[in-house]
Amino acid sequence: MDKRNKILILDDDTDWLALCRDLLGTLASRPEIFTANNARRALALIETEKIRLLICDLKMPRIDGLQMLAIVRRRFPELRTVVLSGLEDEEFRSRAYALGVDLFWLKTEMQRSSKLFNECLESLLGQADRDLDSGFRGIQSKSLMDIIQMECLSRSSTVLRISRGPLVAKLWLLDGELVDAEAEGARGEVAFQRLLAWKSGTFENLPAEPKHERTIQKSVNALLLESAQSIDENANPAGPDSVESASHRKMIWKLSQLTREGADFILATPPEGQGEPEAIGTQSVASIAHWSRRADEIAHRLGDKLEAGPLAHISGQNLERRVLLLSRGDKAFLVGWPTDATGNLPEKSRKLVASWDS
Amino acid sequence: MGFLKKLFGGLAAVQQLPVGTITVDRNARIIASTVSSGYPRNLLQIIARDILELLHEARVAQMPLAEISLHFGSLLITARELRGGAIIFLLPQTALLPTPNTSRP
Repeated sequence: MDKRNKILILDDDTDWLALCRDLLGTLASRPEIFTANNARRALALIETEKIRLLICDLKMPRIDGLQMLAIVRRRFPELRTVVLSGLEDEEFRSRAYALGVDLFWLKTEMQRSSKLFNECLESLLGQADRDLDSGFRGIQSKSLMDIIQMECLSRSSTVLRISRGPLVAKLWLLDGELVDAEAEGARGEVAFQRLLAWKSGTFENLPAEPKHERTIQKSVNALLLESAQSIDENANPAGPDSVESASHRKMIWKLSQLTREGADFILATPPEGQGEPEAIGTQSVASIAHWSRRADEIAHRLGDKLEAGPLAHISGQNLERRVLLLSRGDKAFLVGWPTDATGNLPEKSRKLVASWDS
Repeated sequence: MGFLKKLFGGLAAVQQLPVGTITVDRNARIIASTVSSGYPRNLLQIIARDILELLHEARVAQMPLAEISLHFGSLLITARELRGGAIIFLLPQTALLPTPNTSRP
């Protein structure tokens, strides 16, 4: 049986894939090299080929590198990940490391110092061999609520096993719907509520159990909202926890507005230097916020030059989604919609923005 | 007769809005245009440059757009990307013209 390590390279540039394949072919451990030019194919290969190391580009169409890394970190916590990107922005580097990648390398650097790069890969593959049977690695800086929302938004089927010291809880998810929960001796909705009161812990993804008995009928958003209210009521009103749960409740309420209207995401961008952008439903916050600011600025400038009247909104679309940019107060709001969204989208976006802003 | 012209002829008139289509290459050079030749060329050039910049910035933000529309009070600018360039439709929004339906089925 072939015991060689398996490396998967994910990049939308096929020429680059060929170049990487040649370069990694010189590794001393002679790993088996797989290539994929899109995230879907890469995920299929990781599932079927027991890939040990993923080398991933960041800038790709449809599912970008950061999204891909978030997915593999959840689904395949033992997989070693390397980002190989042409983006020299430090923000991407820190975001990639925040997602738990093992190595971030620039494409230009890789070409210049391929020997060093190969040594790093050999080292990672060696570590992967040692770590194979011990421990789990997870996403950094994500709350339990974030993880549940991410699983539901990506319509995952999995069992989330969450542990907090001696306590162990499980959540059964099927096609993005919460089917059952088990925590602190309780099951169903009660267990889910108890679980959400946990402030810290670790989690891992277990294989899905499609035939598991369903005990929860309500939507995740409704449950999250109820849980946040319950936590709020139980908390000391003067304590710091109440502030945290209030912000959670606010966030959940915004999320429920978003899903009720059928939008993919919403991003609120304040003027430059006046706070951080806020978003729900998208991870590429900084880059999209930058575009929102620029687009708003360019359109206003153009409107003034042409004497074309006030700017009502900017709309755009591609194969995946439609976006609508509009201003409210001094903020620019970008709302993403699926391409099959119906109705008067400018009007629906305005309502969404108004409810968000209130 | 003609005294009104003598009185107000020197004052700037309201700027007309462009009507028609322009096709631009990736360098914002106008390749073809159906916009009246009376409309200032430099303004068409500004439209082309700004539209291409919007499309370019969207690509940089990893949100490439095949089509973009700027909805102003009295003008609708719609652009579709064409291999780095774009075709840009300019349609004034006046009471005499049917307002295009921005919502799609």
